[in-house]
Amino acid sequence: MTSLLEISNLRVSFPTDDGDVHAVDNLSLTLNAGETVAIVGESGSGKTVTSLSVMGLHNPRSTKLSGSIKIPDGDQVIDVVNDDAEKVRNMRGRVMSMIFQDPMSSLHPYFRIGKQLAEAYLVHNPGKKEEARKRTVEMLDLVGIPEPAKRAKDYPHQFSGGMRQRVMIAMALMNTPRVLIADEPTTALDVTVQAQILTLMQGIQKEFNMGILLITHDLGVVAAIADRVSVMYAGNIVEQGSADDIFYRPMAPYTVGLLNSVPKITYGEKQRLQSIAGQPPSLINLPSGCAFSPRCTYIENAPAGSCAATLPDLVGVSSSHVSRCHIPESDRPQVFSHVAGGK
Amino acid sequence: MSTETALFSIQNLTKHFPVKKSGVFNNQKALVKAVDGISLDIAEGETVGIVGESGCGKTTAGRSFLKLIEPTSGKIIYKGEDITNLKPGKMRPLRAELQIIFQDPYSALNPRQTIGNIISAPFEIQGITPDGGVKKEVQRLMERVGLNPEHFNRYPHEFSGGQRQRIGIARAIALKPKFVVADEPVSALDVSIQAQVINLLEDLKREDGITIVFIAHDLSVVQHISDRVVVMYLGKIMEISDSNNLYSAPRHPYTKALLSAVPQADPHIERTRERIILSGDLPSPMNPPSGCVFSTRCWKAQDICHSKTPEMVQVGQSQVACHFPE
Ligand SMILES: Nc1ncnc2c1ncn2[C@@H]1O[C@H](COP(=O)(O)OP(=O)(O)O)[C@@H](O)[C@H]1O
Ligand SMILES: Nc1ncnc2c1ncn2[C@@H]1O[C@H](COP(=O)(O)OP(=O)(O)O)[C@@H](O)[C@H]1O
Ligand code: SF4
Ligand SMILES: [Mg+2]
Ligand SMILES: [Mg+2]
Repeated sequence: MTSLLEISNLRVSFPTDDGDVHAVDNLSLTLNAGETVAIVGESGSGKTVTSLSVMGLHNPRSTKLSGSIKIPDGDQVIDVVNDDAEKVRNMRGRVMSMIFQDPMSSLHPYFRIGKQLAEAYLVHNPGKKEEARKRTVEMLDLVGIPEPAKRAKDYPHQFSGGMRQRVMIAMALMNTPRVLIADEPTTALDVTVQAQILTLMQGIQKEFNMGILLITHDLGVVAAIADRVSVMYAGNIVEQGSADDIFYRPMAPYTVGLLNSVPKITYGEKQRLQSIAGQPPSLINLPSGCAFSPRCTYIENAPAGSCAATLPDLVGVSSSHVSRCHIPESDRPQVFSHVAGGK
Repeated sequence: MSTETALFSIQNLTKHFPVKKSGVFNNQKALVKAVDGISLDIAEGETVGIVGESGCGKTTAGRSFLKLIEPTSGKIIYKGEDITNLKPGKMRPLRAELQIIFQDPYSALNPRQTIGNIISAPFEIQGITPDGGVKKEVQRLMERVGLNPEHFNRYPHEFSGGQRQRIGIARAIALKPKFVVADEPVSALDVSIQAQVINLLEDLKREDGITIVFIAHDLSVVQHISDRVVVMYLGKIMEISDSNNLYSAPRHPYTKALLSAVPQADPHIERTRERIILSGDLPSPMNPPSGCVFSTRCWKAQDICHSKTPEMVQVGQSQVACHFPE
């Protein structure tokens, strides 16, 4: 296995009294060293469920999981879905780490941050207290905490929001993981702080040749740091491609709709935003056929009746750019020619 | 535009919140200078955006405009009349003309009231019966904002975030207001739904001539909807810019930093952009820096910036408070 992470046909559902919630349906993606792959979609589309599954942090009792999530560790390959929990736990924080929107979900309010960072190291390096202490200060320094040795003695509440985010990143890096899962890492931050954190993430990625799986709803953040992009709608990947494919040559109506919904700070005449009518479907009662069909404005360009009848396959001109849509692929550049800001 | 011709004007408005400082000496009093001397003239039919990072005083400013909180000092002038010290009784008839739309579509609506009751409340409060009766008017309003009028008897929890925001908008426009403050009305919404609500506000502005103060932390959204953009930092206005010129010609260093930090949904722009990374954290509004409040983080700062507060000056299409504008 040459990639750092290989998700194949991942399905995640939650049985409830009202029926199964199909949060993720048949998701496949790979992540390579030094690369940032973004999963973008609106709230409830299954992004966080995907990231928690990759970390093996789902609740096994209430979650139905199938497919595979393969992560190489030394000369072994661990499958988070099918291997036993002990193996996955042993990799977590060492081979793959996760950062969240809210840093307090990884930091304990009552312990000094230095102790918590050292602990993250000691879990995988038992007894090595001196190294842990050294590494803590190094990592705090790396993420841009001034006076790291002194600040290590502080508690989480003594840091500003942006600084706390840095501390969480330092903690995720304690064991130099090769895969970093970042779930809305800057969503709660102001833009100038977001700029600091994105720059920091790009810096550490270079330094460790790390693969980053970036989960976000923000197309601006995607454009800023992603190499490749998966667009999710109602638990389905509707399009996958390079950042340029997605932003300049979108092939799925939902991607087109998203791009046209975002206001752009452009010079000159402003265009009216093209919103997507309606709202996302319930994941318990997905519409038949293409999940986006009730909101799609391009239906008449597809063969009559096809959109409501079957879910289109994820296919494309190249293996690196695939999309899900019944509109004949050769017609789509013409049909979508009005994408705002397209190059 | 001048104060005389403005529909709405504020002059040197401040709002300082007294707070107890916990520390070695108990009962130490401190002041949060949430809004610290802002002046702005707003023309009839104009949309003015207020943008800035959290805690810079946007909400406090917006609520002070409508006297939902009492300003500490300064003047509020509406249609040429000084309303700063109007007693509630005298204020009441004006309340119909001055409305607010809140950010949170979840907590802004009473969960135990039907949508019909929520939207008809303004008529009751003002003791007004619209032509054709309240119910008919409320259903007309629901249709106007894109809600199904048959859902008159439903409760807030039966609606999505975007639909709740429409309910809030219907309530705010019920009495045909002249001036509406919209405080982060789309911040809690997904982009596709956000675009629906932005378009609705633009329609209301165009068709009903409503004057809007649109508050948000998202510069792209503010720039899109506004005719002019006000950039705030630590309770003060840094720059007031014609919105079409904001991107091409920011005049204040902070505006420039803010613009460089907002990621655009365009990889080519992102790959070539220089992000200006501001050093350090935001200072506390209890103890703002002397001179220019941005001076502790500004890369252009000279001695004068730390000692003398810059006056607002006209530069190109902008008014800017900086000793060394771009
Ligand atoms: N433990 C759970 N039980 C039932 N439904 C869940 C559970 N976790 C998530 N979901 C549902 O799965 C869907 C996807 O959620 P999520 O992955 O959090 O979306 P997002 O894309 O916003 O991160 C949502 O409809 C959510 O309500
Ligand atoms: N009632 C209050 N008492 C004390 N401080 C307040 C109060 N309301 C707001 N503040 C403070 O005033 C400043 C400006 O707040 P706000 O107007 O809500 O900013 P914004 O809307 O731009 O995020 C912040 O520092 C905030 O903590
Ligand atoms: S007045 Fe000085 S410190 Fe303030 S923004 Fe201008 S150059 Fe920077
Ligand atoms: Mg999520
Ligand atoms: Mg606010």
